[in-house]
Amino acid sequence: MRNADLNISFGPHFLYFAFFAPLRENHRMSDTFSLAGKTFSSRLIIGTGKYRSYQEMRASHAASGAEMVTVAVNRVPLDRKTESFLDYLDPKMQILPNTAGCYDADHAIRTARLAREALETDWLKLEVIGDKVTLLPDNEQTLEAAKVLVKEGFIVLPYFTDDLIMAKKLLDAGCPAVMPLAAPIGSGMGVQNPSNLKIMREQLPDATIIVDAGVGVPSDAAIAMELGADAILMNTAIAEARDSARMATAMKLAVEAGRLGYLSGRMPKRLYASASSPIEGAIK
Amino acid sequence: MSVRILINGEKKDLPGSISVSDLLDRFELPSQRVAIELNKTVIRKSNWAETLVNDGDRIEVVHFVGGG
Repeated sequence: MRNADLNISFGPHFLYFAFFAPLRENHRMSDTFSLAGKTFSSRLIIGTGKYRSYQEMRASHAASGAEMVTVAVNRVPLDRKTESFLDYLDPKMQILPNTAGCYDADHAIRTARLAREALETDWLKLEVIGDKVTLLPDNEQTLEAAKVLVKEGFIVLPYFTDDLIMAKKLLDAGCPAVMPLAAPIGSGMGVQNPSNLKIMREQLPDATIIVDAGVGVPSDAAIAMELGADAILMNTAIAEARDSARMATAMKLAVEAGRLGYLSGRMPKRLYASASSPIEGAIK
Repeated sequence: MSVRILINGEKKDLPGSISVSDLLDRFELPSQRVAIELNKTVIRKSNWAETLVNDGDRIEVVHFVGGG
């Protein structure tokens, strides 16, 4: 890989890369992502679960370029000593505690308050699950919890079904962003309903939309970004990859590629061909 | 008088009412980056020393683990 890069730098396109590529790079850098008064240069948010080791998690976090990571709140075991998991996180990371494992608004609210007390952060990924098999969100309970937590000053980022009307209600409740799923948590199925995400983007042009859950491969992330998502949150796709750190790099590139694709505006789809080379003037 | 509490879902007996701080010491639980709930209400760290745990109380002591 490194050799190939060098060859390009000193090859026939040297001038292009020397003079134009830096401009493009700057353009890319200026496309930051703001949320609740904080600016991120990465549009990838990643999880901390399921890694085979803390070392692997750290390497993956570094490779992903992510600036925000999710963590879960859990009972301290009474029967054994535990390592401080948070020590393995880059201190520069914005920590986003979640309410995973909560099946109603009350549990999610209690978990949120505990997370805020322990971490001294108002940031919260609100997750109220509707059933154990699918882990699909309970939108009704999520909305109820969001209303209470927003009033308590939390920065509530709700995970919910990819539904426009629910997105509107969550935004009206004061959530600074909405986090529709692409597919069930940990399924790796990719964007199951691209039309829903596209409709949400078009109908809520000013909303911050973070696609959360269901990404399996880099192309899934690129598709979600091409549809206009502002950012993507993923965990399993990186943690369960054979080479997590390399997949983290792939996801970083896919999110960037998808974002640039969205900003560039795609060509129209046509049922029939449209010649790229002039048809007139070909030899006969 | 013996006091029975439920801590993280487990029944435990204490010789008497003790403070939340003493409870952490007794069970050798960490005091950094944890949060404590007593009967569904968060007890701020600044109040741990003065808050007593009584018979029948339900206590949750949480920390952070990997998650998505």
